Amino acid sequence: MTRNGLIRAGLFFGVLITLPFFSTSQWLTNMFIFTLMYVALASSWNLIGGYAGYPSLGHAAFFGFGAYFTAIVFTDSVGYGWSPFLFLPVVGISAAIISIPIGYVAMKTRADVFAIVTITLLFMAQTLAFNMHKLTGGAQGKGIAVPSFDPATFGRPFYFGMLALAALAMGASMYFRQSKIGLSLSAIRSDEDKALGVGVQVNRVKVLGFAISVGITAMAGGVWAYYEGFVYPQFAVDPLITIGMVLMTFLGGRATLWGPVLGAFILVPAQQYLSYELGANQFYLLAYAAIFLITMLVLPRGVIPTISDKIWLKKKQREAQA
Amino acid sequence: MAEKEAKRGAGMSTLLKVNNLVKRFGGVTAVNDCSFEVQEGSITALIGPNGSGKTTAFNIITGYLKPDSGTIEFDGKLMAKPTPSSIYRAGLSRTFQQARIFPELTVLENLVISSSFGWKDLLGTRVTAADRKRGMQTLEEFRLDKLHDLRAKDLSYGQRKLLEFASVLMSDPKLVLLDEPTAGVNPVMIETMEKHIRDRNKAGVTFLVVEHDMQLVMRLCDPVIVLDHGSKIAEGMPEAIQSNPQVLEAYLGS
Ligand SMILES: Nc1ncnc2c1ncn2[C@@H]1O[C@H](COP(=O)(O)OP(=O)(O)O)[C@@H](O)[C@H]1O
Ligand SMILES: [Mg+2]
Repeated sequence: MTRNGLIRAGLFFGVLITLPFFSTSQWLTNMFIFTLMYVALASSWNLIGGYAGYPSLGHAAFFGFGAYFTAIVFTDSVGYGWSPFLFLPVVGISAAIISIPIGYVAMKTRADVFAIVTITLLFMAQTLAFNMHKLTGGAQGKGIAVPSFDPATFGRPFYFGMLALAALAMGASMYFRQSKIGLSLSAIRSDEDKALGVGVQVNRVKVLGFAISVGITAMAGGVWAYYEGFVYPQFAVDPLITIGMVLMTFLGGRATLWGPVLGAFILVPAQQYLSYELGANQFYLLAYAAIFLITMLVLPRGVIPTISDKIWLKKKQREAQA
Repeated sequence: MAEKEAKRGAGMSTLLKVNNLVKRFGGVTAVNDCSFEVQEGSITALIGPNGSGKTTAFNIITGYLKPDSGTIEFDGKLMAKPTPSSIYRAGLSRTFQQARIFPELTVLENLVISSSFGWKDLLGTRVTAADRKRGMQTLEEFRLDKLHDLRAKDLSYGQRKLLEFASVLMSDPKLVLLDEPTAGVNPVMIETMEKHIRDRNKAGVTFLVVEHDMQLVMRLCDPVIVLDHGSKIAEGMPEAIQSNPQVLEAYLGS
């Protein structure tokens, strides 16, 4: 990581860590919890959808897995309230392990076919959630025990939980960029057949990337379920969650560190504001789609890649003049 | 001439053996009972009219296509279930007719990604000091070192072909298949390409080259194998091939 990169990340997380101590507004805390959740989700989606160019539409299935896993384990008691957070690694690793055969099979297909294959995963997960009554409570949903956190700062632990996951996802993204995993995934994105022909361990690295990606997604599902206190099939395995992570990554810039972060910071507040302003009807979704469409028309590769190219060009021009 | 004869007689062994390959695409038989050998240390040419099955043969040899029948032996071993990756790692590299490089990676990274690193290296640094050293050495050999930081997509077509050639050498191959290395590049680049093929050949690498520039074939290659309609119709020294009636017929008749 460059010096500037470190300063940027330090500032970003420094501000976010101190933020809850300046404001305890529930409305604001709630918005940040969702924004940080989507930072984690979009950044984790970017690992496979961005770096490898495998546009998964099935990530919400793993989000739902994490949500239900957490809900089922902590239905009756959460002790002092910290156990569900401490349990997250188990959720993430389980999702990652389950994803290995799924990723291996699904990633035999490419591009649009892969998108369709993974979206069936989402509907399968939803069907399972609806029908495995004993485990999931079916359409009645599954409740989680309520922790005895101080009501004045009730959101704070969830805020820090999501912040930690955002840091984990961005850390993974950074690690991918600086390791041969990222190099291999970039090669796969450009030309997978050529990558095979120069001995890149295509299958292994794809499955590994997919597992890490959905593992983080599942952990976000766990914190989300705990925060909501109740898990229903249509919300835990929601196509809108998948679409959200994809849109944010595209908007901010695929295959960049900050793109998904920026995308989440634009679209989540926009969505919350619009759904507040436009009331209970679904018109906010139209406005949401409009923001996305306009940005993509003006900046087709997303915000970050377009800006960084401009800066790079300026620098080159300055060098040329000097 | 004398030099070539000497090389020929120097008790060379067979590095690649292609046995009775057949490949059909629907009604088209692209490769038809094709057999040939490549001797270790040679620069063998594979020529033939357009559509005679040269690229298809390359695709089969390098595991990109399954033949309908026939076998490949490389370095004395039968390649039972060849995949592009296993073939490359076994020391058989190839380039593509339309220069395939990774446009989003830098020039140096294109070499690093092709260095057939192991499973554990995957977790390590993207470009290690050792990678850089080795990559830059090869880039210097190919006079691409000044461009190491550029994205490969910013190279000219000729430079891309050169980069693809340089990068598939990173696995220290025994045999390199070049599919039309000089097609669409300028005359200076043709000479450059020729020089690098010669240099690496002197360093012990064997070549099988598909090439349309007959002057280059005559200068560089021995022997020459001629394909027509997917089968070998002639093989021999370039001088003999040039006056072979069957070969003339194939080129004029198609
Ligand atoms: N993937 C393919 N599908 C269908 N036909 C093909 C395919 N690849 C090659 N062919 C056909 O096989 C024949 C040999 O092609 P090719 O091997 O590319 O010839 P060359 O490289 O000698 O010009 C041609 O008739 C070509 O049209
Ligand atoms: Mg060809």
